[in-house]
Amino acid sequence: MGRNMVETTEEDRLIERIVARYDGEVGMLISMMQDLQAECGYLPADQLRRLAKALDVPLTRLYSVAMFYASFSLAPKGLHEVTLCVGTVCHLKGAGKISEMIREEFDVEPGGTTPDGLFSFQPVNCVGACAMAPVIIVDGTYHDGVTVEQAREMLIGLPSEADAESEAQT
Amino acid sequence: MIVASGKRIGSPSDLAGERDRLCKLRGSGDKGVLVCVGTGCAARGSRRIHELFVEAARETGLAVEAVKCVGCHGFCERGPIVVVQPGEILYQRVEEPDVPEIVRETLLGGRVLERLLYEDSATGRKAQTAEQIPFYRAQQRIVLASNGVIDPKSIDEYIAADGYAALAKALSAMTPQQVLEEVEASGLRGRGGGGFPTGRKWRSCRKAPGSPKYVICNGDEGDPGAFMDRSIMEANPHSILEGMAIGAYAIGASRGYIYVRNEYPLAVEHLGWAIEQARQAGLLGESILGSGFGFDIRINRGGGAFVCGESTALMASLEGRPGEPRAKYVHTVESGLWEKPTNLNNAETWANVPPIIARGADWFAAIGTEGSKGTKVFSLVGEVVNTGLVEVPMGITLRRIIEEIGGGVKNDKAFKAVQTGGPSGGCIPAKHLDARVDFDELTKLGSMMGSGGMIVMNEDTCMVNVARYFLNFLREESCGKCTPCREGLAQMLEILDRITHGDGRVGDVEKLEALADLLAGTALCALGKTAANPVLSTIRYFREEYDAHINQRRCPAKECRGLFRYQIDEEACKACGICRKACPVDAIAGEKKVPHVIDQDACTLCGTCFDKCPFNAVLKI
Repeated sequence: MGRNMVETTEEDRLIERIVARYDGEVGMLISMMQDLQAECGYLPADQLRRLAKALDVPLTRLYSVAMFYASFSLAPKGLHEVTLCVGTVCHLKGAGKISEMIREEFDVEPGGTTPDGLFSFQPVNCVGACAMAPVIIVDGTYHDGVTVEQAREMLIGLPSEADAESEAQT
Repeated sequence: MIVASGKRIGSPSDLAGERDRLCKLRGSGDKGVLVCVGTGCAARGSRRIHELFVEAARETGLAVEAVKCVGCHGFCERGPIVVVQPGEILYQRVEEPDVPEIVRETLLGGRVLERLLYEDSATGRKAQTAEQIPFYRAQQRIVLASNGVIDPKSIDEYIAADGYAALAKALSAMTPQQVLEEVEASGLRGRGGGGFPTGRKWRSCRKAPGSPKYVICNGDEGDPGAFMDRSIMEANPHSILEGMAIGAYAIGASRGYIYVRNEYPLAVEHLGWAIEQARQAGLLGESILGSGFGFDIRINRGGGAFVCGESTALMASLEGRPGEPRAKYVHTVESGLWEKPTNLNNAETWANVPPIIARGADWFAAIGTEGSKGTKVFSLVGEVVNTGLVEVPMGITLRRIIEEIGGGVKNDKAFKAVQTGGPSGGCIPAKHLDARVDFDELTKLGSMMGSGGMIVMNEDTCMVNVARYFLNFLREESCGKCTPCREGLAQMLEILDRITHGDGRVGDVEKLEALADLLAGTALCALGKTAANPVLSTIRYFREEYDAHINQRRCPAKECRGLFRYQIDEEACKACGICRKACPVDAIAGEKKVPHVIDQDACTLCGTCFDKCPFNAVLKI
């Protein structure tokens, strides 16, 4: 086989699937990138390059979209996803203190991931659950009326990869 | 739940026949359990409660269909909410162990469980149904009418509740021109914040040259503290689809988009189901109800950018670009999405359209005030006793909403202000509580209707800090395209940061006002133009708080760290030692049976003692 024969990889197929889902419509770029992020957990650079090529748009355009919207991440995310609502009501009810605790005690900046990769921390503006403020969402599960202590315990109790493996073995 | 038949409905008479068939199937007086699985109730485990009811129904021989998932009632604070039929008995704060008892006692035995009923804290009276609860009683529900009643995932339930009848009426008995006239005559104004007359917008779009034309539903409910649109999209998605289809018919559009916030996964899911079912039933797609009129809808998810609620930014986002707004010297009704005539309305506005067509413009116009017709949904949150969604006729006073429906301020605290209109709105003080809720009246008070957030603040809220919060929010969300917004907000925030840290200077307030004036006059889009509203309205009504921060280095609400001190009340202190042990800098001295004392020089004002004291003996002074 000649070296210039390019094999279709799993990565190529993923991009093909996503592009086909939206009939290759460039207007659906954001949806495609959301799907890519849902599959990979973040937007890997080589996949963005493939997507740009498949749609025949400049790669810079994908990066400008990725950097404009808060929900996109160009770096791998942690094992768990922690979303803290910092909307007005949550703010009034102490979300700021919870955010401060998470930043200081877990050494993670908003939008970043803890040094040990245990969780990514994303403050968001409002999840529309104001009647239950303050709200923290851990791996998609909503917890309402949380205090700083409860949030701390929740995060300390998050299982690490090793925990998950030993769990699976028993 | 009535199982979707998947049958294609080919004409208005087919639709009427289908509705009659479904209504007969359902019957009245049947036993049933409606479990709310909106975001709020689901956060408190209502999905599991629904499963338990289904299991219980199986075991006891009840029809499994009698257990139904419904959308948001709006009374999220009391969730999970379960309604038992017959009798519409409303149980609140239902927990998993309550399920067997509800099945045994109420469903099978017909007895009401007193302990799960809502109790009016003012009168101590228990309420058996929603109508008996003050929170619901003063409301007039039009767009929320089916919330908590129908299963949002079932098109059959929507049809059985007369759904799509308005679309059938428009397509079979009205010309597009007549639909336009009806909406114009109703006086409906945009519910997203702008308050622009909906009918006029539709007419401009219809008249604009160019094709195809597009209609868009703005479901990018970005205002923090607001969840009206989330609730409608989650609980009654078909009402939005029907409204959009009617609008598209009037305007001459064949394609629609719904732009939903990324933070609302359940709304995306329910709208997706609804679109799929409507297509199968022939209520979206080609030649709807055999009329020859074709229309279809696509959902786009937002990316977590507040500015995308602005119409031109939203359209840029729909085109797959960063959501930056543009100057609107050419209106979007003439050149919007892909430079084609585009009509954008908010989700709540679209949901108002079917009832207007079904019941007529006169009926709608009879509700509300001279300039603001119909009802408005507010999300009443913050320091009120009852928080949740309230739909009230325009013209009701703020006082009635807060005191009668909301039950007043929580924990016997004093009312300080109500913030309306989201980050672009303002804070309204107690002396204006008798103001009527109306687009123009709220603007006169320096706030605005906005999309409907209504956040109640008590005496412990520092108004300077509130202004700082909103400004910080907007600075982070500013897209950076125009200089006044990008730089102006940063400068204003710096000043407010200084003031709340005790480093304010004489003349700061005037500087804020000058910058606000500049922003309002020169920013590119509505985000920037209105960004200073929270600052201006708090200066207007709470100037003395700004002055106390600047001149006396004192925060009257005792919220800004460093601008008040902690002290232990000798009388109240039980000398338990909890605060002494909790203090991170060992600034508290005391022994057993001796009231503790804070060493003011060592204290870092972290507030740990205040949070930990079980006897409320630590005071802010």
